Amino acid sequence: MSVQFQVNGKKVEVEVEPRLTLADCLRHSLRLTGTHVGCEHGVCGACTVIVDGAAVRSCLMLAVQAEGSEIVTIEGLSNDDDLTPLQKSFRKHHALQCGFCTPGMITTAHVLLSEEPDCDAARVREVLSGNLCRCTGYISIVEAVLDARSAYGHKEQAGDAARERR
Amino acid sequence: MKLPPFDYACPTTLPEAVQLLASHDGDAKAIAGGQSLVPMLAFRLAQPTLLVDLRKLADLRGIRISDQGVTLGAMVRWRDIEDDERLATAHPLLKAAISHVAHYQIRNRGTVGGSVAHADPAAEMPGIAVTCDAEISVVGKSGAHVIQAADFFQGALTTALTPDEIIVSIRLPPWPAGRRWGFQEFSRRRGDFAMAAAAVFYDQDARGKARNAHVGVIGVGDRPLRLSAVEDVLNGQSIDEATIAKADAAASAAVDPQDDIHASAAYRRSLVGTMVERALRGAAAA
Amino acid sequence: MRTVNSLIGSAIERLEDLRFLRGRGQYVDDLARKDMLHAAFLRSSVAHGRIRSIDDSAARALPGVHSVITAKDIGNRVPRVPMRLQPLPDFEPFGQPVIAEHKVRYVGEVLALVLADTAGIAEDALGLIEVDIDPLPAVADRCSSAQNASLLFEDTGTNLAIKFHAVRGDAAAAFKDAPYVRRESFRTQRHLALPMEPRGLLAEWDAARGRLTVSGGAKVLFFNRRTLAKEMGLAESAIEIVENDVGGGFGARGEFYPEDFLIPFAARHAGRPVKWTEDRRENLMCLNHAREAECDVEIACTREGTILGLRGHAYVDVGAYMRTNGAVGARNIAQFMSGPYRIANIDIDVALQLTNKTPVGTYRGPGRFETDFFRERFLDMVAQDLGLDRVEFRRRNLVRLQEMPYSIATITPFESKDEFDSGDYQVTLDRCLDEIQWAEKSKLAGKLIDGRYHGVAIGCFIEGGAAGPKESARMVLEPDGLYSVYVGSSAIGQGLETAFAQIAADALEVPMDRIRGVFHGTTSFVSDGYGAYHSRSVVMGGSAMLAAAANLRDMIRAQAAERLGCAPAEIEIVEGTKAVGPGGKSVPLQGLSTEGISAEGAFLNKKHTYTYGAHAAHVAVDPKLGHVELIDYVIVEDCGRIINPLTVHGQAVGSAVQGLGGAMMEHLVYDQQGQLLTGSLADYLIPTASDFPNIRAIVLENHPSPINPLGAKGAGEGGIIAAGGVMANAVANALSTFGVQPRELPLTPTRIWELVQAAKQPVAE
Repeated sequence: MSVQFQVNGKKVEVEVEPRLTLADCLRHSLRLTGTHVGCEHGVCGACTVIVDGAAVRSCLMLAVQAEGSEIVTIEGLSNDDDLTPLQKSFRKHHALQCGFCTPGMITTAHVLLSEEPDCDAARVREVLSGNLCRCTGYISIVEAVLDARSAYGHKEQAGDAARERR
Repeated sequence: MKLPPFDYACPTTLPEAVQLLASHDGDAKAIAGGQSLVPMLAFRLAQPTLLVDLRKLADLRGIRISDQGVTLGAMVRWRDIEDDERLATAHPLLKAAISHVAHYQIRNRGTVGGSVAHADPAAEMPGIAVTCDAEISVVGKSGAHVIQAADFFQGALTTALTPDEIIVSIRLPPWPAGRRWGFQEFSRRRGDFAMAAAAVFYDQDARGKARNAHVGVIGVGDRPLRLSAVEDVLNGQSIDEATIAKADAAASAAVDPQDDIHASAAYRRSLVGTMVERALRGAAAA
Repeated sequence: MRTVNSLIGSAIERLEDLRFLRGRGQYVDDLARKDMLHAAFLRSSVAHGRIRSIDDSAARALPGVHSVITAKDIGNRVPRVPMRLQPLPDFEPFGQPVIAEHKVRYVGEVLALVLADTAGIAEDALGLIEVDIDPLPAVADRCSSAQNASLLFEDTGTNLAIKFHAVRGDAAAAFKDAPYVRRESFRTQRHLALPMEPRGLLAEWDAARGRLTVSGGAKVLFFNRRTLAKEMGLAESAIEIVENDVGGGFGARGEFYPEDFLIPFAARHAGRPVKWTEDRRENLMCLNHAREAECDVEIACTREGTILGLRGHAYVDVGAYMRTNGAVGARNIAQFMSGPYRIANIDIDVALQLTNKTPVGTYRGPGRFETDFFRERFLDMVAQDLGLDRVEFRRRNLVRLQEMPYSIATITPFESKDEFDSGDYQVTLDRCLDEIQWAEKSKLAGKLIDGRYHGVAIGCFIEGGAAGPKESARMVLEPDGLYSVYVGSSAIGQGLETAFAQIAADALEVPMDRIRGVFHGTTSFVSDGYGAYHSRSVVMGGSAMLAAAANLRDMIRAQAAERLGCAPAEIEIVEGTKAVGPGGKSVPLQGLSTEGISAEGAFLNKKHTYTYGAHAAHVAVDPKLGHVELIDYVIVEDCGRIINPLTVHGQAVGSAVQGLGGAMMEHLVYDQQGQLLTGSLADYLIPTASDFPNIRAIVLENHPSPINPLGAKGAGEGGIIAAGGVMANAVANALSTFGVQPRELPLTPTRIWELVQAAKQPVAE
């Protein structure tokens, strides 16, 4: 079947079997390999992409279901010349080691911060609990996301640091 | 774990969707958010020859609040329930239960109808449907009809739906102001399926005694259970420590869970009592 | 003249992050080749049986299927997976054929391999292969294994692969007159490394040149190349194994598995590139399992709390075959049961029992996590019996600074003498007590607050690292004046490229931006490499780089001396950019040689380094839910010399969370028929961001290691080692009013609840 959608601002048209997942379509048909596949049953979150503004597990979506959608992947959230503020914060806090879960973490965090720039540590942990990481132990990831809030409009408040400690 | 091969259709009307399901002799399946169905396909536990995508069916969307109660279109997503501020008063128990469902990304795609049709014994939505005497409106080749929640869930992953039927909406009866309610769930990790959960509500008579008590539990049987034995303990009583303790014991006595890799039967039996106890304590304190 | 600040010890942001953050990493499944075939493996769903027939005719007829390979297509003798570590003759009969020949011995064992146009079709074809297996009784655990009623290898007459023995002093004498003896049994559960990236391989056979290229390598690429060369009848030089980006290893990825033969074989067989991507179901079933062990041990002490001896038996369930490094965990259990404590008399044997389950291998801190749980639980029990303070009891028995180097128990067979290199274990213990605020927190022990019981615990550990024998590095001064570094170590996410760039830049006395890159793992980079295991990369690879850097500087001086007409000893290299001779004459290094100047270096090592420290935990337990909240967790470790504080801290925290997963929730569950019941991530539970949010790690460098020029010690496994013992002790402390004594992991809600219920029952007379 032929399916048309937008990826990272560009219109694409691909010929796919109905059974091809959006994750595999992005990775193999469109060669956007930044989105990773870690489980194929909707648990690990490595495959997270943005579909019409919402973070979704692309391994649980069929490519044919993406007809007419606007999709953003990690490639669309990155620049050639420099890291984005969120990426810089991840690097500063050493919020990645092997890098496999990282695109999913960045994508999910980006949507969260875009919608809730004032989110606190508990909310960040709640949202990221759908993204598995085996290397970092998560603490540096949560710190990185909190530190990036100001780039999304959050105003630093006295007592922020004290409140984050739990 | 690549998906098995299947054909795909994306009808634009409900009759068309029903026709597609009916014509495939039980081998076609409806797909809504896919958050439960696609993993089953990935493990090849289901191998339908045709998937019928419901995403273009406008009839299945929307949350209506009226004097008939809260009517959730089958394609309403967990996210939609989270975002709908009216539900804080129109059905706070629904809101509280749904806050436990899965994770962020799944909540953006998973639907009410999908969860009810899938009928996992530890899922929150079937639990709320049963606890609240919901009515499930379905449409099939022989037309439209309504199935009571009590008759709908027939076993693990088994419902009263025939292969040609599609859930259109789920109606929860009206929720009066002043109603007491509580919801408690315990799972291995945040967002996992419940090892046990309890949803309770009751109204109060002029003397402050409970009446119309509803107690539903999930995770301790092959389907959500209404615990009439516990409701009998509560009705006509003040919900004090003594009543709560009796309710705890009655809940544990009323269920017969199985051992599985996540919890032993004895533990679940005790846990459901604790969930009822804590849900009641929350309801009484509010 | 040294350039500004030393890079070693600096919290340099990682170079590899630049590609990982943008989704520009290149993991093996990201690779594609024209004309590529996709492979899928048919795996046994029976745990133990004799293969009668495999009928692949329907599979081969499926459109899109290229071919099906079974044992008969491999040749006269199906190759075996080799033993890489402890290759004792005892293990020979228990080696795994790379594809099942006459028997299957675990669920997941390869029966056939399908090659097809797409991964989907390859998997469709699996369902069309008819396999006829006569089932045999499954050996489900180490007890039934020891009965030898159902044998996995009939010719051997036994399911016991080997027994290791750890001996020190004279345990029999020590126990004979000991004033206090206690006997206990403990058990740890089967779990596994579960890296986020499943395995994968892409093999390409160039028939014209007789060359094989295999991508997807990790950990021990040189050993794997050597093995593959032998098994495929090729020269080592005809094979290149490429290390791409790797999504975590933790000891499990990168060993030589059956697929590491079958996929390259398939590529040569088909004459086309073959790609295999493991799915998560396979990963849970087929990646090396680990940690399933039991012990039945006795401890002897004086009444004042001096440990006199430790003796007993341990049993490791090693699964169906002995492969690559399957003996390491078991051996470590015996040798390291004493941990960082002074125990003069030791007599512990460990039996490796074969069962019809997935074979085991190393997983971060192999054997050490298990044995630390056994020992630390025992110490808390003994302290309670003798009325001693748990901290003072440990303090009294910790090996002291003055006793370094300290010899530990000898292991036979495979005579292995070992000693702790350096360290002051009291310092890390004190720091840990301080950080968790032990004096305050221990007042909460056993108290019920808001429906939960609070508890604290502390435990001490050592982590062995820097396994030899050797590592190689090559450094090149490029014609453009930049430096390239090649090293035999493997990157598995640990930040190697950055740490090594720091070491290289310091050794060459240049700023980091003059290092073009650190190239690791791939077999063409150095003539002889070893890889990343046993926390060895910084010590072995780093030290090899120091040697290479020294050799390179010598060669640069020699070249510059020729140019300037003086002796090499008169040349000084300034700021890594120019060579200055007598009288101030200089020549720039850029362009010094048109082909570049390359020098190799190696580091040989027979000893281990020992990072050491302490963990402490504060928990609150809900006795009705069996839920444990981790209120605070502190790790203090001394790793000799910190190369990059950011990355070593990240290793400690990440390692600790894995340890907590092992302590609280991870479990590979089998039934009595050898069926794996935890076949998905919905059933095999690992920690998420919500589970353990309060962990602190403090890394010290007070006691460098004397056995390598960097003074570094292998680090990265310490975080995991102490987690089981500390959490179990904290839970026991919290539930002390019930007299709860956990003896088994994981500490699931059911297990904690059951312990409380059992304690509430009146004890039968």
